[in-house]
Amino acid sequence: MKEIQNKLLTKSKATREDHFGRAICYLCIGLIIALVVCILYFITSRGIATFTQNHVNIWGFLAGTNWNPGSVDAHGNPEVGALPMIVTSFSVTVLAAAVATPFALAMAIFMSEIAGKKGTKFLQPVIELLVGIPSVVYGFIGLSVIVPLIRKIFGGTGFGILAGTIVLFVMVLPTITSLSVDSLRAVPLSYRQASAALGANRWQTIYKVILRTAAPGILTAVIFGMARAFGEALAVQMVIGNAVLMPKSLVSPASTLTSKLTTDVGNTVMGTLPNNVLWSLALILLFMSLFFNLLVRFIGKKGSIKK
Amino acid sequence: MKEYNLEEHSIVKITDEVEISSTDLQVYYGNDHAIFDASLEFPKNQITSLIGASGSGKSTYLRCLNRMNEKIARVDGKIMYQGTDINASGVNVYEVRKQIGMVFQRPNPFAKSIRENIQFALKSNGIHDKHVLEERLESSLKEAALWDEVKDELDKSALELSGGQQQRLCIARSVAMRPQILLLDEPASALDPISTSKIEDTLDELKSHYTIIIVTHNMSQATRISNYTAFFHLGHIVEYDKTKNIFMNPSMPATSDYISGAFG
Amino acid sequence: MNPKRINNIATAVIYGLVGIVVLILLFLIGYILFNGVPDISWKFLTTPAQAFSAGGGIRDQLFNSLYLLVLTLLISFPIALGSGIYLAEYAPDNWFTNLIRTTIEVLSSLPSVVVGLFGYLFLVIQLHLSFSILSGAIALTFFNLPLLTRSIEESLNSVSDLQKQAGMSLGLSDWRTITRIILPVGLPGILTGVILSAGRVFGEAAALIYTAGQSAPIVNYANWNIFDPSSFLNPMRPAETLAVHIWKVNTESVTPDAHLISSASSAVLIIVILIFNLSARFIGNWLYKKMTATR
Repeated sequence: MKEIQNKLLTKSKATREDHFGRAICYLCIGLIIALVVCILYFITSRGIATFTQNHVNIWGFLAGTNWNPGSVDAHGNPEVGALPMIVTSFSVTVLAAAVATPFALAMAIFMSEIAGKKGTKFLQPVIELLVGIPSVVYGFIGLSVIVPLIRKIFGGTGFGILAGTIVLFVMVLPTITSLSVDSLRAVPLSYRQASAALGANRWQTIYKVILRTAAPGILTAVIFGMARAFGEALAVQMVIGNAVLMPKSLVSPASTLTSKLTTDVGNTVMGTLPNNVLWSLALILLFMSLFFNLLVRFIGKKGSIKK
Repeated sequence: MKEYNLEEHSIVKITDEVEISSTDLQVYYGNDHAIFDASLEFPKNQITSLIGASGSGKSTYLRCLNRMNEKIARVDGKIMYQGTDINASGVNVYEVRKQIGMVFQRPNPFAKSIRENIQFALKSNGIHDKHVLEERLESSLKEAALWDEVKDELDKSALELSGGQQQRLCIARSVAMRPQILLLDEPASALDPISTSKIEDTLDELKSHYTIIIVTHNMSQATRISNYTAFFHLGHIVEYDKTKNIFMNPSMPATSDYISGAFG
Repeated sequence: MNPKRINNIATAVIYGLVGIVVLILLFLIGYILFNGVPDISWKFLTTPAQAFSAGGGIRDQLFNSLYLLVLTLLISFPIALGSGIYLAEYAPDNWFTNLIRTTIEVLSSLPSVVVGLFGYLFLVIQLHLSFSILSGAIALTFFNLPLLTRSIEESLNSVSDLQKQAGMSLGLSDWRTITRIILPVGLPGILTGVILSAGRVFGEAAALIYTAGQSAPIVNYANWNIFDPSSFLNPMRPAETLAVHIWKVNTESVTPDAHLISSASSAVLIIVILIFNLSARFIGNWLYKKMTATR
């Protein structure tokens, strides 16, 4: 009895094992958190150097249209207007998402409502494969197929927002599709049965019941697609033309935030204005990524309350 | 369902040697009070049945006895075992669970061989002597009346056994730890009648070495195998007595309604 | 128009759009394979790249990609495993866990170019690791961690709770129950996740341009001393990977046969990734069967 009592009251190997395991897991998760904090801190502190050290006017940076960080304008202020890149980034993002959404919805409806298991079994790998193709390969195909095609049809160089949109359209398609499929599948079967019982045909059920119920999920899917498009660098950089000009048409060379970053970070000297201002571009990217994240959360919350 | 006065109860003090007892046990799931003032004494080397309708709290109560409700629910009150309150915070829960084994409603063998199922926990506890391991393997499988069926294929995956065999393997796995008490949570409810009767025979054999507490839905099972029976209703222990008194001559109206099939 | 007609039209439109997507995929794969595969030869795979003349191969780039992949997995898998176990088994359901999940989501949604730039700032400049395989592997770890963590967490969560209860009821520590009982059952799912993440790592370029660098110095494949600068195993040398090579020959280089090199390299890249994807499915299923049925 005394012996058993002792055993019950003292720590054993199992207790130590558990402390050890917990310590390891806490360490790992701590590393990830420290990493994210580090990323946010470094990019932010670098990104605001343009404004704190080089005393560039934030408004001039966000709304200026002349980009030539090496030189100064008539008033002696450096020419660091990032608006052309901001506009181009948003244009390709919105256009790509706008083109991709109908296709993605069609795929999603097809997979969850129309095709049986067989059709889904065939389309699932299609989507996974599209996700798996690396962005440089998309860029390469864009460069060797899309750009010449646009050049042939519209003249000019072929580089520009249109080419970027087409490449990004294919890249965000699988993202939007697979998330939409998830949200369509989450609509309870009883909704479909209720609708069918009221005499609605398939399209009426899809359009009036399923799509409406799944709307928050689909919106989330589109935002995820936009986040991917906004952050994509190399594929866009290869087809956009990389000229920091206010885009005049869809087929004139332009430059996105990401494409400017990839081309120029290696060509500037750390700590100088031309370099600092690039980190400010990275900061915009970071902010947008956080913004998309927040938006998704917000929609998720609203959607769940409605249910 | 009829309303009963749950403040009234009839709980006998047992005359045999007590192995484990609870005093004023309360269980809360968040803000839900699930078990009220549960005080019971369990006799050593006998079988006690816990009966009651679904949601009466009998399984929740059972899981308190070897601290399986940890992190799931808050358990207040005392559980005395070997002169120690094992519900206290400084107690080594792993040691508690080694001494008080548990078998669950659905058979849950590890995705390992039959041999490993029995020996894994032993090895984890520092038993590495080959002879001891093999001896435990054989003796516990025999105790669970499974040895004859599996002795030629001990390296087969446990998941290939039938449901009834898996459940007996789980009993053997617990027994191999040489516990003092075995808790069984409706061990036969997922099994066919033949497997059930095999398990019941096994339990009858086991009670000479172990104190057994079994939750069951099946009242004839309780009458067949148990010495004592406790009736749970809505988180309260309504009645506790020798099994034959409970079924032949219940003293509480709720008990007699339940055993006569008025609800449940 | 009557509802029936609308239904028919809508169905036709959906079929049409799905058809277009399938055609796009067929075109993509077809284009890469038809253009690239004829140019893949043993010589192409085993000769070093040429900067100014035609006829260069991708020997070093291919090796760099594989080496970088191995290093990345070596660094990221243990961390992701620990984090995945934490989230699946230990994390309490409270605001702090929510914060952790949000943090991981933020990390996974960061554009890879931002991760690459951070790697450049932090690893290459701050820690003086210079453009090197090690910098690249750590940057890819940043990029790989959130997805790997999530897939491990999901695999562990899909293991039945009954297994955990069995371990607990025998007095095993949580840690032992997790590592020796739950983990083996979740292994097929974890392995599938690792292989799929390997495919993504293999094709990633944006995070590497400013971390692993854009040059592939000639290395000695017979030198096994990892501290020797000329050794192929030295993690401190710059290393252009296959994906970075494709980007580079298309944008900045003057190689005359850039198109041939890119199409052949793209084909190699796609084929490797296809192999990863197929083997992920196959190995996952096979392991699952092996673990649950006859041994």
